[in-house]
Amino acid sequence: MDYSLKGLPARGDCLIAASIADAITLIPMVASDSASHELCSLIYSGLIRYDKDLNIIGDLALSWEISQNGREIVFTLRDDVRWHDAVPFTADDVLFTYHSLIDPKTRTPYAGDFNKIESLQVINPYKIKVTYAQPFAPALSSWAMPIIPRHLLQNEDLSFAKFGRQPVGTGPYKFVRWVTGQQIVLKANDDYFGQRPYIDYYIYRVIPDPSTMFLELQAGGVDLMGLTPLQYNRQTQNVYFNRCFNKYSYPSHGYTYLGYNLRDNKFKDKKVRVALDMAVDKQSIIDGVLLGLGRICTGPFLPDSWAYNKGVMSRRRDIPGAKRLLAQAGWADTDGDGIIDKDGIKFQFCLLINQGNSLREYAAQMIQQQLKEVGVMMRIQSIEWGVLLGEFINKKRFEAVLMGWGLPPEPDCLDIWHSSRVREGEFNFISYKNEEVDRLLEQGRLVIDRASRAGIYQRIHSILYDEQPYMFLWIEDSLPIIHKRFKNIKSSPSGIRYNFTEWYVPSEEQKYGPRHKVLL
Amino acid sequence: MRHYLIRRIILTVPTIIGISLVSFVVIHLAPGNPVDSMTMLDPKVSFEAREKLMAQYGLDRPIYAQYMDWVRRIVFLDFGVSYRDGQKVIAKVAARAPVTLLINILSVLLILLIAIPIGAASAVRCGGLYDRFTTVIVFIGFAFPGFWLALLLMSLFGIRLGWLPVQGIVSLDFDTLTAVGKTVDVAMHLVLPVFVSCVGGIAGMSRYVRNNMLEILHKDYIKMARAKGIKERDVIYKHALGNAVLPIITILGLSVPGLIGGSVIFESVFGIPGMGRLFYESVMSRDYPVVMAVLVIGALLTLVGNLMADISYSVADPRVRYDK
Repeated sequence: MDYSLKGLPARGDCLIAASIADAITLIPMVASDSASHELCSLIYSGLIRYDKDLNIIGDLALSWEISQNGREIVFTLRDDVRWHDAVPFTADDVLFTYHSLIDPKTRTPYAGDFNKIESLQVINPYKIKVTYAQPFAPALSSWAMPIIPRHLLQNEDLSFAKFGRQPVGTGPYKFVRWVTGQQIVLKANDDYFGQRPYIDYYIYRVIPDPSTMFLELQAGGVDLMGLTPLQYNRQTQNVYFNRCFNKYSYPSHGYTYLGYNLRDNKFKDKKVRVALDMAVDKQSIIDGVLLGLGRICTGPFLPDSWAYNKGVMSRRRDIPGAKRLLAQAGWADTDGDGIIDKDGIKFQFCLLINQGNSLREYAAQMIQQQLKEVGVMMRIQSIEWGVLLGEFINKKRFEAVLMGWGLPPEPDCLDIWHSSRVREGEFNFISYKNEEVDRLLEQGRLVIDRASRAGIYQRIHSILYDEQPYMFLWIEDSLPIIHKRFKNIKSSPSGIRYNFTEWYVPSEEQKYGPRHKVLL
Repeated sequence: MRHYLIRRIILTVPTIIGISLVSFVVIHLAPGNPVDSMTMLDPKVSFEAREKLMAQYGLDRPIYAQYMDWVRRIVFLDFGVSYRDGQKVIAKVAARAPVTLLINILSVLLILLIAIPIGAASAVRCGGLYDRFTTVIVFIGFAFPGFWLALLLMSLFGIRLGWLPVQGIVSLDFDTLTAVGKTVDVAMHLVLPVFVSCVGGIAGMSRYVRNNMLEILHKDYIKMARAKGIKERDVIYKHALGNAVLPIITILGLSVPGLIGGSVIFESVFGIPGMGRLFYESVMSRDYPVVMAVLVIGALLTLVGNLMADISYSVADPRVRYDK
């Protein structure tokens, strides 16, 4: 062996990632679970993708031009891309993907952004023009949607196609096999149009029990998994873990909040909501529940992104101040039982949480204790997810709820905050209504210029924090642990996966070589 | 006997219809629906998209119409397609059933093999040191939470000693192994799950055998046998034990549907993709066709198991006859 090459990037080896859930289908627009999306992102490519700082960069598209005030996007596509079965990729595939998305027969939940398209024209095999009925700022980011191959799917019903279990894409990894409930194996795509990944194989291993997964990590059967805060802080501090694994932490793309039903008289007054916010010490919850591995959330935007308003400061815990505000709103403890009341009605409410999420259960108990100090009585009820959604959230039969939203790089959140989105099953289930926010959300979709959009979303951020329709709680950290032989892994605002194709194992450290039988 | 059989088989038809109707209504009345659990409060999923999905699954139609659709298909043994991934339900069940069956059959055999001698021996030595010792062990076995025992054993044998794989049913390099290698690989993976799934069963079954045995040892015909001067060993193993294990036929009959039913906790801890997880996942995502298939198959097996138990009785026990 030539030792001068020690530690240098080399092709080979295999990464075994563990997940608690199996993928459902590998047709990206039909899949709605995170496991499927994670695998699809390795198998397929979209027209655009995000770089490490969450900027939009070309993937299948070499370049694009936005004109007509944002109504038109002309994409120039790469002409050197082949599907995994060697058939060339062309604009027809993009057209086909679009038609599949808007086809009423396709069981896709993601048609929304694409129904806004007025026409999609193929100018030549490597140029397409997308025209929107009106300017639509999130349009460009919606083209991160993976493109599917026309030549394999044009006569198939996407909802039932066998293709979902033997996909063909243009991404850095090719599909090899899928053993239901056990593992999915991918292999590096030698003809990938970008940089061919160093790591030859990617095995996605399904291990439904987190404790078992942790044991399998120690046994060497898993190279990458997400840790719980407890595992991160307490169970992986010994010599063995320090020798064999690297741990990473970065803000996850999601936040947890306590949402009030604003149709409930108790929560209609902004003073009350602000007082409740002042009564709860978020940092103590983060320290207690997440063992410090998270940050305080002040609004529905990704921290460090352009839409995030750095000027929004979280309120300090202030019990006397909270009591004063509640008193101004008419709530005081008149009968001396420790619970504040108004017009003979005590301030008590029920917080709904979804069953089986222990972090939320602990957090709810801490909030309960802290609210007691200002005389507010909160009960906690945990309910199975399907029932919580179907019977309580969608039908608006709740007082308050502890839940989370994702924080995608595209900040448009009209569907969550706009006062028109209050029908059963829509996402403004707390019935929030603020005319300025409505207007800003609409503008945010129409204005294309990044700087003007930033102003709009930063304003929304500060209004929402001021008005407290949600008590914004925390953004927890993602805590992946990865075997030490994998190099060139760098944390960034978008996480660690953005440069997965550049991860490598130096040849002298490779565990699974051609001689190792895992790799067929 | 033949008349009896025919009558029993004909009776299963209305029973199955009744069971399927009740199951269908109950799972559809359970709050939540497949579309909700599929779209998981995803803000990218528009309201119209949800409505469209509801219509595509036919969930906007009245429940009796949905049931009739289901019946129309089931007559041709078509269990339909899963809402979750569009796969044929029967294929999903077929993929999950073998491993569950294998583990359950192995553990039933092991339970009988171990529990009958233990139970019989403690009955014979009733009140003695051995009996008290096994009683303590058996109650510990009863009380031990299976998933905890599993994790302890996985940690010991999988990591400390490194003798056995931690979880799963095959190794990553399974496809490259020879036939012998494959068998060994599966066997190694099955050691811990089969052992853990036996523990509770051995405890229960050995108590059962012990009690039956005790009862029979006090019967007059045993005294008679002893009085005749038959050797004690023959008295116990030929005359007593045979009668003591007869009621186990009922237990075995009742355990037939359990053979394809797995426990979700057990399967999750061991990373086994079996029927328990399939059923749990489909209930959680309100995947009605899969839930219905598992329930109906379970109901069928229950009826078959009962029938088989009744028939075996008449074969094994001359006192039982079904025809006048």
